[in-house]
Amino acid sequence: MGWAIALHGGAGDIPRSLPPERRQPREAALRHCLQIGVAAIKAGRSPLDVVELVVRELEDNPHFNAGRGSVLTSNGTVEMEACIMDGNTKLCGAVSGLSTVKNAVSLARLVMEKTPHIYLGFDGAEAFARDQGVEIVDSSHLITPENIERLKQAKEANRVQIDYTQPINKVEEAPLPNGDSQLGTVGCVAVDGNGNLATATSTGGLVNKMVGRIGDTPIIGAGTYANKFCAISATGRGESIIRATVGRDVAALMEYKGLSLKEASTYVIEECAPSGTAGLVAVSAAGEVVMPFNTVGMFRACATEDGYTEVAIWPNELCD
Amino acid sequence: MGGWAIAVHGGAGVDPNLPKERQEEAKQLLTRCLHIGISALRSSLPPIDVVELVVRELETDPLFNSGRGSALTAKGTAEMEASIMDGTGRRCGAVSGVTTVKNPISLARLVMEKSPHSYLAFSGAEEFAKQQGVEMVDNDYFITEDNVGMLKLAKEANSILFDYRIPASESCSAVVEAPPLQMNGLPISVYAPETVGCVVVDGQGRCAAGTSTGGLMNKMVGRIGDSPLIGAGTYAGEVCAVSCTGEGEAIIRGTLARDVAAVMEYKGLSLQEAVEMVIEKRLDGGGKAGMIAVSSKGEVACGFNSVGMFRGCATEDGFMEVGIWE
Repeated sequence: MGWAIALHGGAGDIPRSLPPERRQPREAALRHCLQIGVAAIKAGRSPLDVVELVVRELEDNPHFNAGRGSVLTSNGTVEMEACIMDGNTKLCGAVSGLSTVKNAVSLARLVMEKTPHIYLGFDGAEAFARDQGVEIVDSSHLITPENIERLKQAKEANRVQIDYTQPINKVEEAPLPNGDSQLGTVGCVAVDGNGNLATATSTGGLVNKMVGRIGDTPIIGAGTYANKFCAISATGRGESIIRATVGRDVAALMEYKGLSLKEASTYVIEECAPSGTAGLVAVSAAGEVVMPFNTVGMFRACATEDGYTEVAIWPNELCD
Repeated sequence: MGGWAIAVHGGAGVDPNLPKERQEEAKQLLTRCLHIGISALRSSLPPIDVVELVVRELETDPLFNSGRGSALTAKGTAEMEASIMDGTGRRCGAVSGVTTVKNPISLARLVMEKSPHSYLAFSGAEEFAKQQGVEMVDNDYFITEDNVGMLKLAKEANSILFDYRIPASESCSAVVEAPPLQMNGLPISVYAPETVGCVVVDGQGRCAAGTSTGGLMNKMVGRIGDSPLIGAGTYAGEVCAVSCTGEGEAIIRGTLARDVAAVMEYKGLSLQEAVEMVIEKRLDGGGKAGMIAVSSKGEVACGFNSVGMFRGCATEDGFMEVGIWE
């Protein structure tokens, strides 16, 4: 037993040739967010507070596909979604279709705490945000030049590009094998020394997605799930994660089949979600942490009470 | 493999004082829908087609809360949602916040088949509907006089239930002191049973499920419930197909539909055992819900912990049942 925390900044076809100027800021952000989470957990904040805090930080960072830095719809607009869930109570909140809320994850928490519902979307969610007085920004604040370029290239390639990391190199115009390059979404899971668990996930979705598209992130049991056994935040191709009910299945395998967190998450990532489509971070009530993925890489970081820390992008390759 | 099987529902949580003639109307509609599904199965339509056909019929009839006859938002508008899932390949489609699409279930099917996504909502879903050329109607088409009256009652009930200025003491009205049966925070007399659904398995063991709803009476604009959420209100896989109804928030938290399949897959339970276990164990916090399910072996099951559920089922060997109460 002991606390543990893990976070991710998206899984996908992240090229190992990712140039240092794209890699380093993301590694630095992962490390920074991990430190914030660890400090909060050490200060005795609840896991629910910790995951919200860390995801807010990831949302504010323009290098990840959530909050500022969200990828754009085919209309060039931002439509963000997020979800948060507390393990012990299974209370949860979710939002979709946000275009002016600075921190979608905090609105998801307010839906959980201040409404009789779990999930609000689009105009109704925006109106609720204003009622609650959360920080509102102009959409232009959330749109980065990099994402304008990504959308342009995705449109030229006439396909829905799964996120990001680096705009497709124009010289190598040929679309990548299965039509996607890298994925986005940020998330955080945390457990405290008493086994209290929480998870949160936030995303801008897919580059060039249709207006109104909802992915796996806000769907309890798909991109986000927590109960008294474990907390999970998934990332990757939303449509695959929804079909495989990735989040719930990790927990269900522990609950119904007695698998360990490691066995359950490995099974879901290797057997249930198609190869190249998914990754997740998860912690168990016992303080275990796992970060499996079946994509080329996943921006990820974790720390546990016994002093273990990891920041990495590709398999078996820790960052300096 | 067993033979085919089909089940339909028109929502869980029924006013025990529902007039007899309304009960009869509901039973007749469920029976008619079962017959539509049965003849489609006999003509060898794929399960996904049968589910869509039956749910369309339920949406089109104003009796239940979906399509025409949808419950209304706090602003008096209809905002519908639906999802459909094909167990074969676990393909799925869902829509939310639909206001002018006559049959949301068919739009969900188009999202599954004609878009790169599995879930579209609000103006994006409406836009997609126009592109696909599905039948569009005015929002007024969905709004029935009954539901306008119910919304008014729901608003009055809410103002009582949520008005903390009124102390819940002996001096207070009977409504507060002895709250009648409730669903989703509403007295059951003004609660519109949430949702219609259909699950089907054909003679080859292929399963499919579909669910459609107008959502919760007096809901906030933008509220999304369990019906469009794969794993919550709707799920189909290799072993079974499930459609849920009831208190949406409890169904989402309990990932009810996926859990029926999960306990069959991971614990080896039979369909009936799985439905019973999920209703008993997964609705923590006193949530009320019901579900219909079929297995790839041709079994059919139904379970609920609410007061009543509009439901019907039939199997290839000639069994047929339509009921409301336990």
